[in-house]
Amino acid sequence: MERCRLVFSGSGGQGVITAAILLAEAAVLEEGLNAVQAQAYGAAARGGATRSDVIVSDEEIYFPKVNQPNVLVCLTQEAYNKFYPIIRPGGMLLTDPRYVKIERKVDARQWELEMFRTVMDRIGKPIVFNICMLGAVLGLTNLLKPESILKVLERRMPAAFLDMNRQALDIGLELARAA
Amino acid sequence: MKPNTKFLQGNEACVEGALYAGLRFFAGYPITPSTEIAETLSARLPQIGGKFIQMEDEIASMCAIIGASLTGHKVMTATSGPGFSLKQEALGYAVMAEIPCVVVNVQRGGPSTGNPTHVAQGDVMQARWGTHGDHAIVTLTASNHQDVFAMTVEAFNIAETYRTPVILLFDEVVGHMREKLVIPAPGEIPLVERLRTSVPGGVDYHPYLPREDGRLPMSDFGGVHRYNVTGLFHDMWGFPSDNPGVVHGLMRHLVDKIENNAGQLARYKEFELQDADTVLISYGSAARSALHVVRNRRARGEKLGLLELQTLWPFPAALVRDHCARARSVVVVEMNTGQIMREVKAAVKNPENVFLANRIDGTLITPTDIRNILRLIQGRGV
Repeated sequence: MERCRLVFSGSGGQGVITAAILLAEAAVLEEGLNAVQAQAYGAAARGGATRSDVIVSDEEIYFPKVNQPNVLVCLTQEAYNKFYPIIRPGGMLLTDPRYVKIERKVDARQWELEMFRTVMDRIGKPIVFNICMLGAVLGLTNLLKPESILKVLERRMPAAFLDMNRQALDIGLELARAA
Repeated sequence: MKPNTKFLQGNEACVEGALYAGLRFFAGYPITPSTEIAETLSARLPQIGGKFIQMEDEIASMCAIIGASLTGHKVMTATSGPGFSLKQEALGYAVMAEIPCVVVNVQRGGPSTGNPTHVAQGDVMQARWGTHGDHAIVTLTASNHQDVFAMTVEAFNIAETYRTPVILLFDEVVGHMREKLVIPAPGEIPLVERLRTSVPGGVDYHPYLPREDGRLPMSDFGGVHRYNVTGLFHDMWGFPSDNPGVVHGLMRHLVDKIENNAGQLARYKEFELQDADTVLISYGSAARSALHVVRNRRARGEKLGLLELQTLWPFPAALVRDHCARARSVVVVEMNTGQIMREVKAAVKNPENVFLANRIDGTLITPTDIRNILRLIQGRGV
């Protein structure tokens, strides 16, 4: 497989780090790939620009950070403004128009998916916004099987929350397919 | 995927290694970026009948593990820069009284409170000379989670074998990043257990009387023997002595038991060194970037190799000298102002061929940083 470098960015509390961990864990434990997840954060407990890096590969991964992502997700305007210049030429940018106004064109496929609005319309809980985003990333990249994410969710989530997460993942996949 | 395969943080890999090695007592005080070690152990130790104590500070934590070790348990504490500074006095006590214990320092930027959430490797010399007085110490490090696990087990084994504190000098990047760890089956890595005295209760036990092989059998404190433990120079009963012969003998013993075994204590990895004309020397997370460069440049035909040090102290000078003997240039890759570079310069025949590739801004040194420095050394410009 081609080495895939992803950066998920947003604001503290949106769940971008959780989404990155779920993705990397699914790659390693469910699909037998190598993955490394790293994050950058400041001393603040909440808020501020958050970023998490994931590298997925079938080869060894040494340097654990991402300089130029193939896949960049920005869930706030601040994150978009800060990170859009680092996208790898020919890569992919995913944003949500509720939070991000795309201002400049980059050499990348740009997907603006109404993830937040659809999650609120159909589930009504903002907490699974990040899982919807993860579904959209999988739908747009075919990086992993969605079932692999579900298996990780099953291990980590209390049963009562599983349905909501499964639904959010499906919404993301659906939005990606329709895009 | 096998059930013994985990996806976790380096700090959690350290916990898995410690539990595999037989850790039963942890005292600590939380500090970024080491906190996950304490957090995970607070859940795991009680499940196996072990003890976890969050103490009032790092000084008390260090003292608590010394006491617990004397009673016969395998012990550990974990901290970062500012906490490691606080532990230094009691660390010296453990050196002097020959108490097996493991002290983890997940390095962040310093001095002082410094750069708490960012990476650095500035505590290498503090690990060596942080406590006062002439002494020897063992310090291990690792660049990936499998090795974090292995070096943690080694740390416990070395602590028991040599009756010494062992420092695990990790860093923020390795501590916080997540990757795969395969936990070895029980027995796959041999464990060194506490060497206990065969002297029965009611018979005089000399806590500091070495056996013929130089090792000092211990007696669980509070058990069948009464004996004294002190930070003062002491005789074979453990009582203070300023007799020059006793002082000289103990000082030599404390230093020689480690330094004379530097070869045996050297843990390291070699990558593509067979015909390397440029040798990179690195350790911890910086070694990941160095290895990235080596693999990349080899594919383009450049004769580049990496010596990854896992034992930093006692410094494996003979090993470094041998591996650098045929190199045109030696580049030490580390995230400080040259703490291991100075050791390398002192070890090799041609110190003028030793260069530093470093980064000191709280950011992990990148393969590009290293490549640029290599080009400068080779006279090719960036």
